[in-house]
Amino acid sequence: MSVVWTDTVKEIAGTKMHVSRAGSGRTVLVLHHDIGTVDRLPFYDALAEKYDVLVPHHPGWGKSERPQWLRHPRDIAAMHTWLLTEMGAKDVSLVGLGFGGWIAAEMASQSPTTFHRLVLVGAMGIKPPEGDIADQAIVSYIDYPRSGFHNQDNFAAVYGDISIDQLEQWDICREMSFRTAWKPYMYSQTLPHLLGGVRTPALVIWGDDDRIVPISAGKAYVSALRNATMTTVAQCGHFAEMEKPAEVAKLVTDFISA
Amino acid sequence: MHMMYFTEQPMSAYDEQAGLAYGATALNFSNSYFDPNEGSRLYNEYLEDYLLAEEYGADGIMLNEHHNAPFCMQAKTNVFAAILAATTKRVKIVILGNPLPLCDNPIRMAEELAMIDMISKGRLVPGFVRGGGQEQLASGVNPAYNRERFIEAHDLIQKIWSEPGPFRWEGTHYQHRVVNPWAVPMQKPYPRVWVPGVLSKETIVWTAQQRYPYIALNTSIDHTREIWKQYSDTAAENGYTAGPENFGYLIRVHVQDTEEKALQNARQFMWMQGEFTGLAHPVWANPSGYFSPSGRRNFVQFATGRAVNPRGAPTFEEQLASTMIIAGTPAQVIEKLKYVVENTRPGIMGIWANDGNVSREDRQRCIKLLCGEVMPAIKEFGAKLGLKDPFEANAPVHLRYSTDLKAPVKAAAE
Repeated sequence: MSVVWTDTVKEIAGTKMHVSRAGSGRTVLVLHHDIGTVDRLPFYDALAEKYDVLVPHHPGWGKSERPQWLRHPRDIAAMHTWLLTEMGAKDVSLVGLGFGGWIAAEMASQSPTTFHRLVLVGAMGIKPPEGDIADQAIVSYIDYPRSGFHNQDNFAAVYGDISIDQLEQWDICREMSFRTAWKPYMYSQTLPHLLGGVRTPALVIWGDDDRIVPISAGKAYVSALRNATMTTVAQCGHFAEMEKPAEVAKLVTDFISA
Repeated sequence: MHMMYFTEQPMSAYDEQAGLAYGATALNFSNSYFDPNEGSRLYNEYLEDYLLAEEYGADGIMLNEHHNAPFCMQAKTNVFAAILAATTKRVKIVILGNPLPLCDNPIRMAEELAMIDMISKGRLVPGFVRGGGQEQLASGVNPAYNRERFIEAHDLIQKIWSEPGPFRWEGTHYQHRVVNPWAVPMQKPYPRVWVPGVLSKETIVWTAQQRYPYIALNTSIDHTREIWKQYSDTAAENGYTAGPENFGYLIRVHVQDTEEKALQNARQFMWMQGEFTGLAHPVWANPSGYFSPSGRRNFVQFATGRAVNPRGAPTFEEQLASTMIIAGTPAQVIEKLKYVVENTRPGIMGIWANDGNVSREDRQRCIKLLCGEVMPAIKEFGAKLGLKDPFEANAPVHLRYSTDLKAPVKAAAE
């Protein structure tokens, strides 16, 4: 059964946000990585076979407009919550990927009973007790995404011959990452203290070779949340849903539908 | 004309092989290779050089600031400016420039500069720059807001110097509850601000809108003319006619008694493996959000090795041929500089004279010949061309102090 995606634009906080949507059933909001998202991924299709999947572009990323006043992932979280309200979505499950995981955690901290399930994949947002989150400022536009894959063949499978358009997009994504997450870099000093109130069951998924966010941060998320478990994915880097789409999709769907 | 002496203050006593082996000589090339005993020696020698430049007739000493790299030891330009305020008597102390966006507290910057102005008895020219990308990374400052921070910090400092305190400032990037520094510059309405730059059109336009002199840093003659045109058009749009007092030009020049020796020492301008700020990844010099969006597409190709450096990478010989580097005896240098001056018409000139491993003895000989013979000849030539500096022209310190404004003239559509 093939999945049909439709694209719409919603005005949220004075900003035109791009949203891709497919599937039916329970609503799942996917929050993409700091490097943006390609239009279609096997992982998104797998989720859309079972759920009504929303993949917005964060404000300032991809096809969404940039609000000049935006300063923090908590602002992005508020805009996504507003988007869900605008779309009349209820009982939503959040799937936060990397930087999107930080946004998902912020959303959950502000709405501790609203969401059905919370999935965090290689999530930024908490200072790793061991190691540091890799600094994208120091490496090139190609080396940073590469470093998020355990096997470079999987990077090539997603990105192929990297176009100039893709390079431009990565620079824009990096600029937005700087605008919203420069210092402290890619984490909040306060978020871990606020996750204890979240009632939503949470699943934390981490690639065993995540060289961007140390796995100690995943363990910190599990400690901070009151109802969370952790699973690692073997032979897998930071961009777990792109490197191991079938495996990660199964973990997510088993968890959401449980 | 105002002619000033400049050096990056190179940390020439570092292990070049280690830098090459590491693959970078900027940002994160370990400071374990910085020997403070050599640093101490060099700082004190450079200070002697500055005093010599004053003694032999330079109008000004130009200072700058960079971080985390051997090519420049001036980690804090105000430190050397303060030293010169006390140890020199006549020269202008020209800071080109304080990287304003690195400033988390513009009031502190205004205080330091006011102190320097007073101690120097009114000889400070506190120029401001945006600061290169590496400086943002080295200082932990967000490059994405670089331009906004530059403008807001400038506006706050301008207000501090032109309005009495106390007042409150609730800005976008700076919020201060009690702006009331008990350190106020001597020069009125406030010390002249000169703004150096190379590439950014937005900086040229902003500088012209303020009516601050723009100092082109060693750009080619053709590129310099484009900069002057952009500046002049903006000036006309703001109701004034730009002249030599609005333009400055920095050029690398080395003078010795023989051409052979001059050329040999001039090669030291290429000492940082040809890339004068050191070997570095392009994304360090231009972090995302730092440069204009219009340059993004070209830059991302260059940064991933798909295109050539937009600044170009001319060889030493090419730079000699295009007069971006001039080297020779005083007579030879005077002739070439006259050509440059005739074709760029600046009221202000910075002569970047010594770099890399040029010996102390040769540095000082260069300074004596440059300041004692070359500068007077060029100033005389410049005077005949009517090239007045801002002091000679009594130019307004800022657009708002103009008394000669006309109706704005829009540039012809391109």
